[in-house]
Amino acid sequence: MNAKGFAHKYGDNVDTDVIIPARYLNISDKKELAAHCMEDIDPGFINAVKTGDLMVGGQNFGCGSSREHAPMVILESGVSCVIAASFARIFYRNAINIGLPILECPQASESIQAGDEVSVDFDAGIIENHTRGQRYQTAPFPPFIQEIISAGGLLASIKQKQGAAKDEL
Amino acid sequence: MGMTMTQKILAAHAGLSEVKAGQLIQADLDLVLGNDITAPVAIRELYAAGFDSIFNPEKIALVMDHFTPNKDIKAAEQCQTCREFAHKFKIKHFYDVGNMGIEHALLPEIGLVAAGECVIGADSHTCTYGALGAFSTGVGSTDMAAGMITGQAWFKVPEAIKVNLTGKPGDMVSGKDVILHLIGMIGVDGALYQSIEYAGDGVASLTMDDRLCIANMSIEAGAKNGIFPVDEATVAYMKDRVDRPYTAFAPDPDAEYARVVEIDLSAIQPTVAFPHLPENAKPIDTVGDVAIQQVVIGSCTNGWLSDMAVAAGILKGKKVHPNVRCIVIPGTQKIYLDSMEKGYIKTFIEAGCAVSTPTCGPCLGGHMGVMAAGERCVATTNRNFVGRMGHVKSEVYLAGAAIAAASAITGKITDPRTMIPSASAPTAPADTAREE
Repeated sequence: MNAKGFAHKYGDNVDTDVIIPARYLNISDKKELAAHCMEDIDPGFINAVKTGDLMVGGQNFGCGSSREHAPMVILESGVSCVIAASFARIFYRNAINIGLPILECPQASESIQAGDEVSVDFDAGIIENHTRGQRYQTAPFPPFIQEIISAGGLLASIKQKQGAAKDEL
Repeated sequence: MGMTMTQKILAAHAGLSEVKAGQLIQADLDLVLGNDITAPVAIRELYAAGFDSIFNPEKIALVMDHFTPNKDIKAAEQCQTCREFAHKFKIKHFYDVGNMGIEHALLPEIGLVAAGECVIGADSHTCTYGALGAFSTGVGSTDMAAGMITGQAWFKVPEAIKVNLTGKPGDMVSGKDVILHLIGMIGVDGALYQSIEYAGDGVASLTMDDRLCIANMSIEAGAKNGIFPVDEATVAYMKDRVDRPYTAFAPDPDAEYARVVEIDLSAIQPTVAFPHLPENAKPIDTVGDVAIQQVVIGSCTNGWLSDMAVAAGILKGKKVHPNVRCIVIPGTQKIYLDSMEKGYIKTFIEAGCAVSTPTCGPCLGGHMGVMAAGERCVATTNRNFVGRMGHVKSEVYLAGAAIAAASAITGKITDPRTMIPSASAPTAPADTAREE
């Protein structure tokens, strides 16, 4: 699995209220919701983002509310991967559970600038910055989490396991 | 090596004799919670993945509290989704308008959580129940769906920060001032991926409402959960509420902590967190002149009966400043009723406050007090992020009920200790009163 695109760069403590403001949480449609992604911190984002682009944040990315709408709108906007120095824990598990690839890499978070062309090799855990000719190495996910991601999310992985259990009977 | 209190609860729920920090485990859940914002997403995902059953209709709680009474048609449709789901699967603990409260105020009040239990909720402030010595943590909608289907959740066992509390809080200092002070010390990511375990002689001087407030905002330091030891006050609180056996876990004497933070409660001042992060905590005497246009007293953080008592004590016989709208929201129907019987609601209305049925409403800029550009609010809520209570150019100052009520009268952020308490001020109820 790989990703390639241009970077959209943000600072520390990007919270779920700016990723998707609560005033839109009455909207169920993913596309309609995604139109407001990052609206309160970067109103130009949703028109600028291209499919495959990457989002880069600093420390504690996704802090605040447990709303799964936050990783959902980032995924829906076309972003292929979020790289940050660290993630807030609920955002981290939500991203894994819905299949939004995220990578914790302080070095990449610091070095990558807005507009840099970046590619990611998830299996090898390598982030490559083509604009600056830099490479950053990250730790791969533990097998348990890789299982969830490769199944396409938590519910799909539970479904798979339940199916496997039934086949054994 | 010994285990922390959190690790012991997780081990017991994973069927293991021991767990270590960093270990991935699958734990059995005693309760799965969702609200009108997060449950509809979980329900949709559950159906979309091809599931059509739940693990136990008595161990799921659905509380319609965020955009209720429904603020618009879309909000009404989200509640409708929850209502139909609850009906279809005969979910016992479904709380709708008229009997609901703000979820984290309601669940402890009606005994749905107890010491030693393992609870997930699709709401970040689910960590509130740590006040009762339970492990509880916020998750997303997919985790909620998985929890409803299997009765289990995956966790990475956290290491812990020990917060050692000593001394007794001073006049007009509550749990809110303590937690804002702590977040100011360690930052909004100071406890990222970790538990906060509160300990020390100072715990005994904190009321259950104080502890619920402190556990509630532990997430604002990034913590997975915040947890208190089970003592006489906890047992007394659960006595008339919980009718099933529970386990009081305690950390092992040789439990290892990533860090120990010392807090002398007697040194804490009434505290305000400035925009736009809860870590921007300042003692009240350094705040300066900050004019405000709105005050909100309520939320899962400070909608407790003791907050109503403190606010009423300050507002009794006074008037809300003409430039200020003061909105008071008791956390549950019971707190509302108790506040009425004790005369607090009369005090609020006579002072010029608007009093609302329980709702999360303004805390997340939903309804019941959304702000325009340039407006400032002193709120007893839990977050002051950009745009949290309305326009991106509005500002939220977080504080306890005492500062909020004092500020409502003067129209600027005010030290409650400078207000002369009225002779007929109501006193805090016996079950929440601080032992002097």
